[in-house]
Order: sequence, then C-alpha cells, then structure tokens
Amino acid sequence: MRFFAVVLACVFWFSGPAQAEVKEVYDFDTRAEEQRYQQLIAELRCPKCQNQNIADSNAPISKDMRDQVYRMMKNDASNDEIVNALVLRFGEFVQYKPPVDRRTILLWAFPAIAVIGGFLVVAGVVWRSRKRSQDEPELSEHDKTRAERMLSGQDDQTDR
Amino acid sequence: MKRLFMFLPLVVAVAIGIFLFTGLGKDPTELESALIGKPVPEFSLQALDDPDQTLGTSVLKGQVSLLNVWAEWCPSCWDEHEYLMHLANDKGVRIVGLNYKDTREKAFSFLNRLGNPYETIIFDPQGSLGFDLGVYGAPETYVIDAEGVVRFRHVGVVNQRVWEEELLPIINQAKGNS
Amino acid sequence: MYPELGQLALILALLLAVLLSVVPLAGALTGRDSLQAFARPLASGMFVFTGLAFAILTHAFLVDDFSVAYVANNSNSLLPWYYKFSAVWGGHEGSLLLWILMLAGWTLAVAVFSRKLPPVMVSQVLSVLGMIAVGFFLFIIVTSNPFDRLLPNIPADGQDLNPLLQDIGLIIHPPMLYMGYVGFSVAFAFAIAALINGRLDAAWARWSRPWTTVAWSFLTIGIALGSWWAYYELGWGGWWFWDPVENASLLPWLSGTALIHSLAVTEKRGVFKSWTVLLAIVTFALSLLGTFLVRSGVLTSVHAFASDPERGSFLLMLLGITVVASLALYAFRAPVVHVRSRYGSLSREIFLLLNNVLLVSATALVALGTLYPLVLDYLDMGKLSIGEPFFNATFSPLAVAAGLLLGAGIFSRWKKTDGGWLARKLLWPLALSILITAAVMIGYGGFAPWAFAGIFASVWVTVATFWDLWDKSASRQGRLYGLKRQTRSYWGMVLGHLGVAMVMAGATVVSNYGIERDVRMVPGDSAMVGDYEIVFRDIGQRRGANFTAEYGSFDVFLDGEKVSELHPEKRNYTVGMSMMTEADIDAGLFRDVFVAIGERISDEAWAIRLQYKPLIRWLWLGSLVMAIGGFLAISDKRYRIRLRKEEKVEAHSAQAGGKPAEAAS
Repeated sequence: MRFFAVVLACVFWFSGPAQAEVKEVYDFDTRAEEQRYQQLIAELRCPKCQNQNIADSNAPISKDMRDQVYRMMKNDASNDEIVNALVLRFGEFVQYKPPVDRRTILLWAFPAIAVIGGFLVVAGVVWRSRKRSQDEPELSEHDKTRAERMLSGQDDQTDR
Repeated sequence: MKRLFMFLPLVVAVAIGIFLFTGLGKDPTELESALIGKPVPEFSLQALDDPDQTLGTSVLKGQVSLLNVWAEWCPSCWDEHEYLMHLANDKGVRIVGLNYKDTREKAFSFLNRLGNPYETIIFDPQGSLGFDLGVYGAPETYVIDAEGVVRFRHVGVVNQRVWEEELLPIINQAKGNS
Repeated sequence: MYPELGQLALILALLLAVLLSVVPLAGALTGRDSLQAFARPLASGMFVFTGLAFAILTHAFLVDDFSVAYVANNSNSLLPWYYKFSAVWGGHEGSLLLWILMLAGWTLAVAVFSRKLPPVMVSQVLSVLGMIAVGFFLFIIVTSNPFDRLLPNIPADGQDLNPLLQDIGLIIHPPMLYMGYVGFSVAFAFAIAALINGRLDAAWARWSRPWTTVAWSFLTIGIALGSWWAYYELGWGGWWFWDPVENASLLPWLSGTALIHSLAVTEKRGVFKSWTVLLAIVTFALSLLGTFLVRSGVLTSVHAFASDPERGSFLLMLLGITVVASLALYAFRAPVVHVRSRYGSLSREIFLLLNNVLLVSATALVALGTLYPLVLDYLDMGKLSIGEPFFNATFSPLAVAAGLLLGAGIFSRWKKTDGGWLARKLLWPLALSILITAAVMIGYGGFAPWAFAGIFASVWVTVATFWDLWDKSASRQGRLYGLKRQTRSYWGMVLGHLGVAMVMAGATVVSNYGIERDVRMVPGDSAMVGDYEIVFRDIGQRRGANFTAEYGSFDVFLDGEKVSELHPEKRNYTVGMSMMTEADIDAGLFRDVFVAIGERISDEAWAIRLQYKPLIRWLWLGSLVMAIGGFLAISDKRYRIRLRKEEKVEAHSAQAGGKPAEAAS
C-alpha cells in the first residue's frame, strides 16, 4: 500500500494542466463533416490521460482513436456506430456522455426530480402560509375599536 | 416529525463521506478490460521471427496462456521482463508475446539483451490488434483461456504480487473450467 | 536556519489557534468577559505567525534556497522572480499555506471589523474560525510541511516550475479562488455561532451578509480567472471542461449564490432562517469538499495536485469532523417553529425561494455528476465517465430557467404581488426581449433552439433589469437625481444581474456560433474560419528568458482588410525539457480570433488550429461585473450609517451622563 502510494506520488507529482496540440489534420469534404468530427472527438475520452478528451490529448492511444473515428466517418458510419466501436474495445469509460440505463436513470432524471420536488416544497410553503393566516382569529369588534383609537393617537386611559 | 427532516442533510453528508472514503487509494485510471468474457478479436499478423508465418487467434487456443503486450520503447516492460522469464522458465507458464508498435530490429535487440520468455510473438507494428484489444498503454497482460476467451487484464508491470494475487487465481479458475 | 523558523512559526500559530478555539468560546458560554477579550489578540497573533511562515517560505524561493524540498521541486534559478514568487503556491504544500494564511487573514478581519456586533457573538464566531484553523494547521504540520529539508544533499538547482504555471494566471487565480473558498468560512462561523447561542434572527443575517457577499465576489473572480487562463494557456480554446476540480469550485459558487439571496430574505423579512443557516454550512462544506477532491486523488483530473492517500484520509477526516459536527448541531438546534408570516404566491420571498430551488438543484446536479462515477465504481457497476455532454444537457435548462425567473422576479414585491399586475408589467419587456433575441440570432446567422433559449434568458434579464431601473429612477427632480438616489445595494444587485446575463450570453453564443478548425498550412497558405481569413506568413525562431521557441507569423483579414497580426509559438523550456504551445489571440469585445501551432506535418507543412470565438470575453467580463456588483453592495450606506448613529447615541448619552464623549471608533 505504501509502495503504491509512493508510486502514485511519483507519477502525479509533476501534475498540472495539460496542453493540447494539433497532431494531424484530416481532410473532409464539407465543413459540416469537419464540425461533426470535432464534436465526436470532443465527446470521447482518452483512456489513459488525466481526464482529457481525445481531441486535446497528446497520448498515442488518442491518436489511434482519432484515426479510427476518421476512418469510420469516411466509411459512412453513424455517430452511434463510431462511439460503440470504441466502447466495445475500451469500455464505457471512453464515452463522456453516460448511457441511459438502469444505473444512470437517477442521474439523468435528477434535474427534473429536484426542480419539481423543490417547486412542490415551495407550493407547500405558500399553501401553509395561506392556511396559517386563515386560521388566525379575527379581531373582536371591541379590540378593533381599541386599536383604531390607539392608532389615531387618542389615549383612552380608562381602557386597560 | 419536522425535527427528523433536519437530520436529512447529516445523513446525506455521511453517505457521501463513505463513498469518498472508499475512493481513497484506488487508482481511478485503472480500467477493466471491455473484452472480459469475450473472445480475442480475429487478427492476421506476422510472427516476429518469421515474416512468412501468419498468426491468428488459434495461437491462443488449446491451453490457458498469458498474452503479454510489450515493446522496446516501453520502460516498464524492461522492468517486468525478468519476472516473465521466471514465470516461463521456472513455472512453465505459457506466455504469448504481442510486440506492440515496434520495429523488428528493436524487438530483437530487446530480446537478445533480456531473454525470450515467449512461446510465440505476434508482430503488431501498427498496433491494430492492440487497438482491437483495447490496449491503452504498455505493458499489459491478458489471461486467455483454452477457448481463446479473455478472462482478465492487468495493466502495468507483472511482478510476484500481481502474479500471486491477480493472475494465478484467474488462471486456476480458467483451467478448472476447461 | 530560516526554514526551521518557518516551521516554528507554524507551530506557534497552531497553539494560538487552539487557544482561540477554546478560550473565547468558554468565555461566551460562561459569560466571562475576560476570556472573551482574548479573541482579538489571539486572532492577531495567529495571523502574525502564519504571515511570518508564509514570508519565510517566500524568502526561500526568492533566494533559491534549494535545501528546502518544496523550493527544489517547484522552482529554478533561471525562473523570473515574479514566477518564483507565485511558485510559492504552485504546489500542494505551499498552496495549503496560502489557504491557511487567508483563513488567518479573514479571522483577523472579522476581529477588526465587528466592533458593533455583540461581543458574545464575536467570540463564538472567532472560536469557530479558530477550530477550522486548528484542523488545517495540523494537516499542514503533520502531512504537508512546506519546510521539509533535503539535507545533506542539497540539489544544485531546482526542478523548475511546470511551464504551464509560468504565467500571470498562476499569480492571481489561486489567491482569488482561496479568498472565496476561505471567505465562506466566515458565513459558516456565523451560522454555527447562531446555532450555539440560539440567536437566529434578521440581525444575524444582516451581519453575515457582507462577509458572505465579499467571499462570493472573490470566488466569482477566481473561477473566471481560471476559465480565462485555461482558454489562452492550454491551446485548445476551451473555457470550461466540467472537470472534477472545476466542478469543485463551481459547487460553493452555486450554493453561495443561493446563500446570498436567502440571506437577503432573512434579513429583510426574518423568514427562511433554518434554510439560510443550512446553506451557510453547506457552502463551506462544499469549499472543504473541493479542497479534498483536488488533493486526494479520488477523482481523475488534469488539475489535481500531487496527491497521496495518506493526505487524502487526513483531509477527509478533517472534512468529516467539520461537516458532521456542524450538521449535527444544525439537526439538534435549528429552529423548526415557523415565523407567523404570510407571503403571497408571487411575493418576492417566493421568487427568491424558487431561485434557491433552481440554484440548489444545480448544485446537487453538479455534485451528483461529479461523484456518480465514484459511487458506481464502489457498487461494482462499472467505470463510467460523466463529462461535458451530460452537464451541458442538464445544467443549461436550469440556468435558462433561473434567468427567466430572475427577469420576472425583479418586478415582484415583498409579501404580495398581484398576479394580474405582474403579468401586465411583464408584457412589454417580454415583447422587447423576443425582438432583441431574434435580431441577435439573425445577426449570428441561424436559429438553434438552445441558442434561442440562452440568448432569450440573457436578454430577458437585461431588459427587466433596465426596465426596473427606469421605473425606480422616476423622480420629480429628474432622471439623474432618481438614479443617484438609488442605494449602492440596489446598484450592486443591478450589476450582479447584468453580469450574470453577460455570462449567459457569452456562454450561449460561443457554444452555438463558435467555429473550430484544424488545418494543414504551409507558409503562404490561407484558411477561413467564420468570416475571417487567416494567412500563414512564415515561421522562425526566437529566444526567451528560459526557453527557445518556434515563432509563427499569421495575418488576420476580415472582408479583405487586415485586422491583426498573430504570433503563436511553440516553446522549448530548457530546464524541464518540456514543450509548450502558446496560442496567440486577437481579442475583441465581441469576438476572439485564436491561432495555435500544432505539430510539423512535413518539411514545410504545419497543423494549425484556428478558432473563431464570438462573445467569449463576455464570460469573464460578466463575471467581473458580477463581482463588482458584490463589492458595491457591501459598501452600502446601511453598513456605515449604523456606525455614525451609534457614535451619535454614545455621544449623546455620554453628555447626558456627564462623562466625556467617547472618541469615534
């Protein structure tokens, strides 16, 4: 365990933000294709790096993955097919967009759940506030007159 | 009742704390192979020592073997090689080598210096089989069973601890099944 | 000799922190003024010794004392002096020392600026801050000592600061960020103090508010600086990656924004007290969580510091004790009884509560997305990655919803707003916003649903803010008078909201209408990116202070006219033997043109990255505007008038009592 810690420390101590450098340029027929490629490589993760997509990573494996993306695009593969081909080899880890399945349904549904839940709580707060003021007893006529007198500045000392 | 709600944040915080604690010491970049339980992908590559000999998945069938991905340019491969020699020579483990993104000259010079524990060596200069296997950094070692199905992958150096704790149990399991 | 003194200073500071956590609190709980009086001197002492330790470490860097391990690992004799200075916080140990220095600074500030608060409260607040300090001093002394020596083998020279950190970004980003993170400890301390002494009311909210707002402003600046720095330094033109460390800074920011709004309601109307206290605790807990995530290695990130599990467990323990103790205190002592206040369904209180719902949902979403992979891995359900595609899809709707709510909420009134009145009030702003949004989208060339949503939300907030300003500044003495009459608090709010509108606009436009291209160019080639034509003139060599570089020359044309010359380079740092790409950017208020040199593809040809980034500066300018709004709000008269009033009252009663009037403090 200690050894592992030391190794980790040695590997990571020189950490810092990593730089991106364009290593190769691919030819595309249209701008739209070019954009599609840029988007695909931005959404795929380098399996070896410290959290980088394959667009920005200098690792050799990232280059291989970019090559694969390009090759499959040239063979008219769809985005799903390309991503799946990489997932098949490297695991779900390389997809930055988590799949929607049993495990992640909570994750994807969370914003809706949280907001709706929150709205319900607020609705409850409003409802309770309304109910509370309805429950408050009305002032009796006697008290009302007393109040009016006091507010208008007339001091009636006989009233306790 | 309302008071009980006030404990909710505490409960959530403790739960998160437990998850964070389990994460300590784990290497988040260690990935399990996506091919576990699946057969080794088809390939057709030359043998390192004989360009006329073509190797395919049959070279991994017939008995349980280790598939070791190595290269001359990979520093850790130099470190683990001695132990691989020990496994092959003293323990009789069948190791098939996958020479990954190397040149023949470099590969031979490596073997001449450090010895050859491999029964066969697949020559993969483009890294195509490596890519199909999901290799992301050498050295990597796979346990392949007699049917050519991937049982386990270890990323990194193979040493005594890795052998005893990770690889041997899987090998025994694979042998038991066949 | 000096580094040992530095270590001693830290130990002394720790001792003072221990005293600070115990003595004033004991005094507050038993009612003994003599003990409480120790609070200020102890806070001062803690700051002095922490400052001394920091100064000694800085000195070690500036004189190239490579016998200190930390200096040897992060510096080099060839490093320019200003980078030697900022290298002090370039690594784990030093940045932690900076953290503690900030904590000591904030503690001293609370001690100095809280003369008008009840002394009992001040004692408790300072004691809580002292406890936090104790935890961090222990952490630094036990696991992360910056003064460890490399004797007897002193290296001849240091390993050099990572070239990526040799930049102005490093000089200001961490200090601003830490001012924010650490600043939230004050709001936290106030909340704990209120829970301890049971005095949780509008007055508490008023005292907490300026401290919280200042911390929030600094955090805003810190995050914006990080984004800006990543943009021009890392060479890919990205400004936010939803990386775990980035998310770690966003969490306290989102929660802190909810907190400053909730404090507004509690101060004004005395309601939502329990909720506000909880937010204060949670915000600081998130700051600590961020500190843990960056240094523990639990999550993979390009920004992570050197980490090892031993430090990670210590930090987790620290985090755990703080959070569990404070949340337990909250569970037992937070008020559950409702204030008998009535508010209508469209009252300002409710709008702000809804704002909180959205902000807290966003906080929880980011936290969930960041930690989910860890949870799934623990449960053996696989190793998933959760990144930009997920967060963009889920966070954006929340941001847009918050914007829409903001615009409507600006017109709401405290206690009750008539629905019909509000609807009529919103009609013209709505129409105007739709018009402007349409114009903007046509201008940028094309309709995309998310682009529309984001731009509309941003425009809506802007229009509503100015509309309200117009309404409020109506006066018989003329518009100018009406404007000047508005409080600084109001202007702070205006700037805060305009700032967030700018950030939303920038984020939406650059994401939807920005263009990125990787092209092959030889000198003489030209390529288009958007409407801009980039011509590659030539590439040469140049020398810098501690590097040599390939130096490219590019001309940027728009509609045939030359707009600028850009000189991106590829630097080779002599010491670390590392290579770095420095992009060059033609920065403008409404767009950036970005050029970076990649690999040499052949003898003549280079891979060049070209980017067109519309409105990207608005992201950081908007953040700056938000932060200025925050600083402006706390300089409001009501925080100063109080002092004058108190002096008047004191003078008056002193005269009446025949004592000499007290000097104004």
